[in-house]
Amino acid sequence: MADTRINIAGVDFKNPVMTASGTFGSGMEYGEFVDLNKLGAVVTKGVANIPWEGNSTPRVTEVYGGMLNAIGLQNPGIDVFIERDLEFLKKYDTRIIVNVCGKSVEDYLEVVDRLGDTCADMMEINISCPNVKEGAIAFGQKAESVYDITKKIKDRAKKPVIMKLSPNVTDITEMAKAAEAAGADAISLINTLTGMKIDINRRTFALANKTGGMSGPAIKPIAVRMVYQCAQAVKIPIIGMGGIAGAEDALEFLMAGATAVAVGAMNFVNPYLTEEVVAGIEDYLYKEKIADIHEIIGCVN
Amino acid sequence: MKKMTSATVIRNEEIACDIFSLWLETDLAKGVIPGQFVGVYPNNASTLLPRPISICEVDEKKTAIRLVYRIVGKGTNEMSHLKTGRAVRILGLLGNGYDITRATDKKIALMAGGIGIPPMLDIFLGYRDNDTFLIEELEQYGKVHVATEDGSVGTKGNVMDALEGSGLSTDIICACGPMPMLRAIKKYSEEKGIDAYISLEERMACGVGACLGCVCKTVEKDSHSHVNNARICTDVQDSRERFSFTC
Repeated sequence: MADTRINIAGVDFKNPVMTASGTFGSGMEYGEFVDLNKLGAVVTKGVANIPWEGNSTPRVTEVYGGMLNAIGLQNPGIDVFIERDLEFLKKYDTRIIVNVCGKSVEDYLEVVDRLGDTCADMMEINISCPNVKEGAIAFGQKAESVYDITKKIKDRAKKPVIMKLSPNVTDITEMAKAAEAAGADAISLINTLTGMKIDINRRTFALANKTGGMSGPAIKPIAVRMVYQCAQAVKIPIIGMGGIAGAEDALEFLMAGATAVAVGAMNFVNPYLTEEVVAGIEDYLYKEKIADIHEIIGCVN
Repeated sequence: MKKMTSATVIRNEEIACDIFSLWLETDLAKGVIPGQFVGVYPNNASTLLPRPISICEVDEKKTAIRLVYRIVGKGTNEMSHLKTGRAVRILGLLGNGYDITRATDKKIALMAGGIGIPPMLDIFLGYRDNDTFLIEELEQYGKVHVATEDGSVGTKGNVMDALEGSGLSTDIICACGPMPMLRAIKKYSEEKGIDAYISLEERMACGVGACLGCVCKTVEKDSHSHVNNARICTDVQDSRERFSFTC
């Protein structure tokens, strides 16, 4: 069998398949469907320093080839997260990446500090959620602010830091370069694309938040393009995501230059998908007689 | 154990205007608790998400489930064209259902409005007009009280008018239907000090508690979310105490 192990910032992963933040809870719900031990990592739903209520409903709506969501980063806060979610996850033989959100730099730093002495393997900093009024994407749309928050977090972080980038920018490679220059250990992309749907029967917005983040197979070509561009622009590892619906999609991201991939909205459509992607990548490598997954990472230039 | 599985269409027929009855052969039928639902997947790559539909009935041998649904959009429209023998992907069993062990030796009122009627067995049914459905079938199980908004059949008004008009008393209410009706039942049950189980509906993506799409506001902090929101798909029907959500 081919070697599917990868390494990001000194952390070993048994394979490059992860879950995209916000689509997998903290693994509890999908643990009924998939063996979490088979995954490279579980990336948790974003957590802030205190509990967040999130947005009003409707929070989700379907669109052609995908969906829009405006959950608004509802989360139980870091205290409950450490006691409950991390306790649950540490029983499994998989890496734990905690997604961190905040309204201010101080919020982020508080969570980063709290995670320092936990079993979390890495932190993914959410500077790209389009559904909250303060924080998140406000830090992710200008290169200077990406640099600034990355630097402040890196100065304090005891765990490797992944900056999660937004596609809702003029040039995502500028954000990638800013994160790298400020010391980020890796970047992940893409977060959702801001969209809108009108309910013509109710003659109003389909989502209470008016706009929502688009995910699903329809966004995959945009995500692959952005991963490719960033892979040309920076040297730090990239975790690629956006509309992955099967192993073939995951392989596209790897070939475009991603060291790892994350399965997102399609977990909602096929709860077994993460495990299927792991198996599908192994099958591909076997059939193509590829001994090590690194032979295909970034192989398309 | 929840799973995604393939079911076979036994029968799919229109029983009222835009209301369909779909019998599906599936081993999920064995474990159904009243009030639970399944996710039904459209067979079209442009409509990806499973449609949450309540289970109306399980056959005697527990080999099939019946779903009664209204055509409200693309997904349910596609479902209405399903032919006998076709395979359908479903996700289940979802939701907690009603705790029927608490119902022993108690008087129960089952109250349902519109497309909320299918998961109930009887007794108070509310419709918009005389385009009614399931009445004759439900009469086998108990006395059926009908209300219609336009007064064309039974009591004029909603299920609450039918309940009050009947002069009946009840110990437990199980209810499913539109939000204004559920709000009225919540108020009634609080005034009378009656236990009530309520099935809510909301747009949802995963159906298993992961996406946090289908929440409702709660009076108390929810024990899972630690905010005043509970997940409708996994948490709300589980309330052993009096339901606490504000709808």
